[in-house]
Formats: sequence, C-alpha cells, structure tokens
Amino acid sequence: MEVGKSFKRVDAFDKVTGRAKYADDLCPKNAYVSRILHSTIAHGRVIRIDTAEAAQIDGVVKVLTCFDVPDRPFPTAGHPWNTDPGHQDVADRKLLNEHVRYYGDDIAVVIAEDTVAADRAIRALTVEYEAYPFVLDPIESAKEGAPLIHGERQNNNILAHSSLRIGNYAEAIKEPGLIKVEGWYHTPTVQHSHIENHICFAYQEQGQRVTVCSSTQIPHIVRRVTAQALGWPWGKVRIIKPYIGGGFGNKQDALYEPLCAWLTTQVGGHPVKLDVSREETFVNNRVRHAMHAHITSWMRPDGTFAARKLEVWSDQGAYASHGHSVAAKGMGAFPQLYPCDNVETDAWTVYTNKPTGGAMRGYGIPQAMFQNESHIEDIVTALNLDPIAFRRKNSMPVGYFDSFSKNELYEDSFNQCLDKAIEKIDYDRKRARYRHQTGPVRRGIGAALFWYNTAVWPISIETSSCRMIMNQDGSIQLITGETEIGQGCDTVFAQMAADTIGLRLEDVHVFTMQDTDVTPYGSGAYASRQTYIGGFSIRQTGQLLKEKILKHAHTLTRMPADLLDIIDGTIVRKSDNRALMTVGELATRTLYDMERSEHLAAESTYAVKSNAYSFGVTIAEVEVDIPLCQAKVLNMVNVHDCGTLINPQLAEAQVHGGMSMALGFGLYEELLADPKTGRILNDNLLDYKLPTTMDHPDLLVDFVENAEPTSPFGTKALGEPPTCSPAPAIRNAILQATGVAINTLPLNPHRLFEEFTKAGIFRTEQEVISPPSPGRSAEISRVTINA
Amino acid sequence: MYDINHIYEANSVEEAIQRRIEQPQALIISGGSDILIGIRAGKLAGCDLISLYMIDELRGVSLDEDGTIRIGSLTSFASVTKSPVIQKYVNVLGEAADKVGGPQIRNIGTIGGNTCNGVTSADTASTLMAYDAIIELTGAEGKRLVPIEKFYLGAKKTDIRADEIQTAVLIRPESYRGYHGYYYKYAMRSAMDIATSGCSVNVRLSEDKKRIEDARICYGVAGPIPLRTRSAEQAAYGQPVSRDTVEAFAAGALKDVNPRTSWRATKEFRIQIQGELARRCLTEAINRAGGIWA
Repeated sequence: MEVGKSFKRVDAFDKVTGRAKYADDLCPKNAYVSRILHSTIAHGRVIRIDTAEAAQIDGVVKVLTCFDVPDRPFPTAGHPWNTDPGHQDVADRKLLNEHVRYYGDDIAVVIAEDTVAADRAIRALTVEYEAYPFVLDPIESAKEGAPLIHGERQNNNILAHSSLRIGNYAEAIKEPGLIKVEGWYHTPTVQHSHIENHICFAYQEQGQRVTVCSSTQIPHIVRRVTAQALGWPWGKVRIIKPYIGGGFGNKQDALYEPLCAWLTTQVGGHPVKLDVSREETFVNNRVRHAMHAHITSWMRPDGTFAARKLEVWSDQGAYASHGHSVAAKGMGAFPQLYPCDNVETDAWTVYTNKPTGGAMRGYGIPQAMFQNESHIEDIVTALNLDPIAFRRKNSMPVGYFDSFSKNELYEDSFNQCLDKAIEKIDYDRKRARYRHQTGPVRRGIGAALFWYNTAVWPISIETSSCRMIMNQDGSIQLITGETEIGQGCDTVFAQMAADTIGLRLEDVHVFTMQDTDVTPYGSGAYASRQTYIGGFSIRQTGQLLKEKILKHAHTLTRMPADLLDIIDGTIVRKSDNRALMTVGELATRTLYDMERSEHLAAESTYAVKSNAYSFGVTIAEVEVDIPLCQAKVLNMVNVHDCGTLINPQLAEAQVHGGMSMALGFGLYEELLADPKTGRILNDNLLDYKLPTTMDHPDLLVDFVENAEPTSPFGTKALGEPPTCSPAPAIRNAILQATGVAINTLPLNPHRLFEEFTKAGIFRTEQEVISPPSPGRSAEISRVTINA
Repeated sequence: MYDINHIYEANSVEEAIQRRIEQPQALIISGGSDILIGIRAGKLAGCDLISLYMIDELRGVSLDEDGTIRIGSLTSFASVTKSPVIQKYVNVLGEAADKVGGPQIRNIGTIGGNTCNGVTSADTASTLMAYDAIIELTGAEGKRLVPIEKFYLGAKKTDIRADEIQTAVLIRPESYRGYHGYYYKYAMRSAMDIATSGCSVNVRLSEDKKRIEDARICYGVAGPIPLRTRSAEQAAYGQPVSRDTVEAFAAGALKDVNPRTSWRATKEFRIQIQGELARRCLTEAINRAGGIWA
C-alpha cells in the first residue's frame, strides 16, 4: 500500500535543483513585454489618454488603451461554469476600464521590446480623468446615496444579500432571564503574497488559435473565461499551466490571461509576456474580503443559547470576482458550528472603490472563525464559564446532519481534536498558571475551533477527470485536470493511482502540466477539493485500467481474471500467491501482439455528489509585552480531523503553511488604503508586514484520522482548514494574558497600543511627562505594570 | 532590467573624485540596496551612476595607532558585525549592523551608504551618533572630518560636497573606552524591516559601578534625522545606578523626541515605544557595564 506513507514529493528533486519549469522559464526569448498603466484616481472616467509621446519611445511596439478594447464585460471568478444563467458569475469588467473603479484600475497597456522601453512609455502617458466621489467602507457604501460604482448594472452598491432564518428569533429573545452578549468583529484586507507573482504569456498560431501559458490554479476555467472575455469559441483558446509558485486562491481567478490573449492578437500573434510586479499583485490581483460582523447571542444563565443573530458586511472592492460566495460561505458556518434553535443571519457583499476581493485560502471561513470564536470567548468571559467546556458542550454534536449539503458529522471530531491539542500544548496547566498575572510581560493561552467543508457540491458542479496511459514497462502516465500548486497533489495522486492498480509509486509518472488541449477536464486547485474529488476519478480510472490489464492477463496466463490480482507491479494468482508475470511483460506483449495489439489506457470522469465536514482546533500560547505593545506566539498547535492521511509528512507541511498564513492574518498583515485618495499605501513586502521565519514559533501539528466514509481513500479537506482558527486562538490567548478583548485584526503593536490605551492597562508616556490628574490616577492605580 | 543611463566604475578614491567633478549629475552607488530600488521605482530611472564598488581600499575595519577605530565606508554590515575590532571595542555597533534587513542586504549594504543616504531609520546611524563618530570625507582638496551630528543636515540631506565621497567612519578612543552600549531596533517584525523606532544607549560607570559617569542616547525615527536627546543624558550624569535614574532618563528623552504621525505609526504610539526603549536600553547598557543597582 502506498497510501498512508510519507513519500518524498514526486517534484522534490526538480524543485530544489531549479530544474522545474515555471511560466517564465517557458516564455520564448523573443517575446515582447507588456506593462499596464493604472489609474491614479479611485473613481471616475478616463476622458483621454495621450499616447503620442509614448509611442515614439525607442523599443515601444504598441500602446493600447481602454478605448481600444472589446466592449464586452466578462466575469473572472474561478468557479466552474453554470449553465443556469441565474447562477453565473457577474460580468462587470472589461480588459481595460474606461470607468475606473479603484485607485490602480487598468486603463492602458504598452507592448515593448524590453521592460526599460515599456516603463519609459508608461511614464510618458498622460491621462485626463473626470473624477467621481468614491467610497472605501462597505457599510457606508451599502447606504442609499453612496457613489454608484456599477451604475451601468445596478442602482446601489450591494452586489448581493443573503439571509437565513431558523426558528423565531424575535420571539425567542423574549424569554425571561436571558443575558445578551454582542460585539462587532472586524477582519482586514490581506493579500495572498505567494512567492511567484502572476505571470502569463500568449501567442497566436496561424492567425487563429491563441495559447496562453499562465501561472494559474485553474487552467480549464481560465480557458472558458478567456474565450468569454474575447467573444471567441472556447476551443480557440489553449491554456498551459506549468509549475507555479503558489496561488492560495489569488490564481483561482482569471487575472490577466484574457488581456494577454488579446494583446498577442494586436501584434500579429507575436508572443507577449505579462509579468505582474509585486506592487500590482497587491493592488491589481485579488485580496481577501475584509469583513465587519455584528453578532448577538442571547444566553441562558446555564450557558445554553436561546437565540443568535449575525449580520456581516463583506468588502468586495471594485469588481465582483468571487463576490458573495465568500461571505455566504462564512455565514453558513454560523448556525452549524454552534447550533441554536433560533437564528437570524444576514450577509451583504458590497462594492467599494478598492482592490477586488476574490478567493483566498479559507474562502470566508478565517473571517467567520475570527467573528465566531472571538464572540464565543466574549460569551464565556461574560458568563464566567470555562472556554473549553463551553465549546465541548455547544459545538456541533455527533450525528448532526445538514439537509442542504447532506453532510453528516460521523465522529466526535471536535472533542477528539480538543483532547489531543490540550495534551500536546499542556493547556490545562498553563491556563491555570496564567490566571491572575500582574507585571509588564504576561502570558496567556486560548483556543478556537473551526468549521470547514470539502469542495463545493451542491453549490457548484464537482467533477474530475483522469487519464492513465500504460507504457511497455508497466509504468503509467497519470494525467488529471487537477493542478499541482505546491500543495503536493501530484504526489498523493500518484500514491492513490499506485494503490488502485497495484503498482509501486515509482511506476506512476505524473504528467504535472495541464494543457487544455490534452488534459481531461478538472476544475482545478481550490476549495480544498482536489484530494477528495480527484480521488474519485483516480480510483475509477485505475479500476478501469486494472480491469483491462487483468483481461489481458487472463488471455496470457489462461487463468480466470477473478483469480488474478496486481501487487507491486506483478500479476499474482490469488489462490496460491504465485507471481505469474510482471505488468511490464504484459504491457509489452499486449502492445506488440501481432493479432490483438492494444495500447493500454483508461480515462473517465467522476461527478461527485457528496461533500465532507473537515473540523479541527487551534490552541495558541502568547506572551504579551504590554509597554512595548507586542504579542508574540510562543507555541501553537493545530489538530485536524481531515480523514485518513494520504501522505502524513505532506499533510503536516500543509498545516504548517496554513498556520503561518494565519499568524500573518492574526498579528501582522493589513492592506491599507489612504482615506484621502483610495491609494494602497503598503503595496510592497517591506510595508506589508508578512511575518518572517524569525517571527514564527515551532508550529505543532497533530491529526485525528477518522476515515471519511464518502471518500474512496477516506480523505477530506486539508488545504484551507489550517488557516481558519489560529487568529481567534491568538486573540483569545491575548485576552487571557491582558484581560483586553480585541475585536479588530491584525493584533499588531499599533492595535495593541490603541486597545491597551482604551482599556487603561498602561500609563501612557504622555502621562509620564505630565503627571496624571487625580481623576485618572485612580484608574491608573489599578494597574500594576510599568512601575 | 534597470534603466541606467551610464555607470562610471571608479577603481580608486582619486578616480571617484575625478568622476564627481566631471559628472556632477551622477549619483554615487556602492552596495546599491537603496539606489537600485529607486531606479526600479522609476524615481531614479535614466540616472548616471558613479560606482565605488571596486575600491577595495575603502573596505575593512582597522585600529589606528591612537586607538581610533576606522571603518572603511564600503565595509558591509556583515563585515562590521564580524570584525574583531568592532566586537572588542564597540560590539553594539556590530549588533546594530546585524539588525539591518536580512542576510543578503547585510552582505551587500555598506555602512557608508547607510549614513550617506541620510535617513533617520538607518540601523547603524543612531549607534554611530551615540558614539560621537566622525565622518571622513575625501575631496579634491583632501580629507575633511565632520562630527556625525553635523553630517546630517536634514531628512535625506548630508554634508557631502560636490567633489567628495565618504571614505571612512571613525570612532575616537575617548568615545568608546570604558563605555558599554545597547541598541534596540523596534520594528513590526523580527527581520526584513525598517525600524519604527530605534534606540542606542551607551554608558560609562564609576569604578564602583554604582554611578553613571556618562550616558549617551540616540534615537532613530524620533525626528527627521537620528536624534541625541540631551535632556535624558543630563538626567543621568553622575546619578546612581537606580530605577529612579532610569525613569528620569526616560522622562528626559521624551522631552526631546519629536516623532510625527504618519500612516506607518502615530505620534502617540511612537512616544509610548520611545519612552520604554530609553528604559530598556539604559538598563541593559548598565547591566553590560556591570552596574550594581541601588
């Protein structure tokens, strides 16, 4: 059995030796380069772009503006296509936009022989705008009278609103003796910050078909979007996806592939490269939706819920992209994580004049878990309850069934994960020790659960295809539409294929590149779906191939097929375990058989109609230096029930990566917009404070392996879940350490200074200079630090 | 690709000075960790450059006969940190240089560049100023020595004349003998960052280690240029090694700092941090000097 073992990644050697090919490695050396001109106003209309000077610059091939592009709005979200027009993504942007909707909108392109010429031309362009009022806050933007961002399509800025009603909230809150706990919870705009910026190049052959090689997570979807954006038949576009340097959801969108495909057609099909800078990655790709949530819980004194209400505003930014799906997913977790008989939820996704919100690892759940798990901590603090006991008692119980997704909680995942996490980080002893601290440097420990599910059925189609081609030596090429984006799926797919057929791992050659001309359809890397969904089609296709092999084995060995099996690449007679021939011998004899020559191959599609919960917990231990306003994570553990581990070491690495991103979300990262102009202030890795390795504690990881009954390999989501619960766990640990409940991320020194000042837990230096007034000194005297 | 109009590679100090005179429009580049960023951003696109990179005589740390520490302007941060002379006499400067960026930047960036670009956040600048370092400039007329406090004229403005290059940073024996120091870089993360505020303190204690004979403190990012806070120093002269002295020192520092609010940090936040840094740096400098607390 190859599943369950920690094999080295199948791409490990190529990646560490630098031989793995990425988009830029494949770009023809004679390709033109292109640079995009971005708007310097947040909202308005381009009246005129003067291109005369730019066009004269040596090395400039062509200058194209928003007045040249096809008048054809298109959707960009990396969702599978839906044949029902009511469920299709919103088409609200053009290749270049005359109506600019955020500071940095794409308004013109220079194609040149090199980047120096292109940059000089960009600087030589002059733009005349008609400026409109702009709005940066989604709650303001949702109000009547806010500047209309997509007036062409709608007469307000609310992209979508959805709600959910269970029981009768209004009646339930009348129950006598209830305690109301409410709070606002804010999560910031953050960016994926993958290592390889988005890059693509395109060329046109025979004046007809256009090939785009792109750093994308979703080649088949990008083909469809590119064709739609240009009004072409879908088969005219070919997308090639080589190795990519991370995506985390940003590349689960058609970013610049449609524009690049159009550019090559404007220069006679010559290859054109579009290599996005880090600054553009921050501003002109996608970001995580900032969310502002208000939660009210009506509690009985015994610590049970009477009624709960959630209202959330999600900051969409300028264009729809993944739109309301993100807020809707986050909202969906609310009634499930802590079931209650009376629930009201409402979510609004609202356009603002800011960078566009798209998919990002966790897809609304990191925001939702910060809201939910911070609020739960506020409840237990207000009611003086034990935070772990409360979660054990009130979180989703075993046997819970969701009638929409048909998901069922088969095992007691939350309690099992809590048990392991508590033991691993020595929670009970530390929690007790950190009670009643004084002094400037204090420690705390806190927990948070997370809710997640796997893949997107039944909201969208879930389908995956696989092709296996056998070589004469009995090895196979494994081809799927599911993409390796660094997470290791090529390796786990190889393990699955080997086990299904009866081969050794080294007999499986994964064809890592997706080329929409030859790769069967798969939706791609998102929704933590590929191991679960890909597993179905790999199992089915492997069984088809195995059947064929055994049919030939019957012919060649004269034994009945049902007495035969394939073990480690050998045809074995099960009745006496005798090795009859190798699969290699069989494949050679079958292909070169003068009478019945057959090329052994199999291909199939599996449409998956199930989904699976994937739950877990984080416990974080922090040290807070109050006078220096610094919170440092000393220890952090994530425990996941993601089913059977296909490759334990890869699974652990996946969790490390997710926890690291969450550390950034919790303590460091926030994309800041200048309130006066809408310009993004920190569009670079110096000012955007992605944590470094020096800022990480050892990340502890453990698993509860309850095999998922719906999956042929017992697996379920792990890609996104690790990033969902660390931020609230850190927040809750800071609450224990300092007594200050902070409801706005990130918990960086600026925020801690603000909140500690409000809470009065330190003397501010201003007060050191001018002695505090008697009225305030009484307050200050309660604090024992900083003496 | 970088948009550079012309680069003049100087192989000696004399050649560099000659180029300065011939090409007054050209910028000086040594490690390039600031200049190349400006070119990439378009601000310096199309510029002319005079490169000092090949002038090996400007590299290295040595001790002059009179005990003056001489740091060649092209000495990289990493070389400053690893220098036995620095480690023996002004270890805190090596520690400050080791806080710059990450390993790659510390291998390419130079102490000359760090001081000549005239920014308040430069990690070595506050320590150099706290040690009363002297900047050696060489021009057509010969060498000129400028105390570092006078070398900084304003934000991104330093006292380098049109025919000069900076050739060394000097620290006199009377500035470092008997002193022990501590530098705290306060930033939003532990590496790859620019200081929100930095603070460098050094002290000389009495023989019985119970009294502060001299104390110097310099901040980065407490004003447009690195800032000595004399009120703090005055509050410490001759005072006993005690918590009260530390408090008086911090209060003195806050009289002199003048941070501003920007989107990177508010004035109030910087003041909170700067007061605390004065306390911690003085305390640690005293401990390193073997101070005995009252």
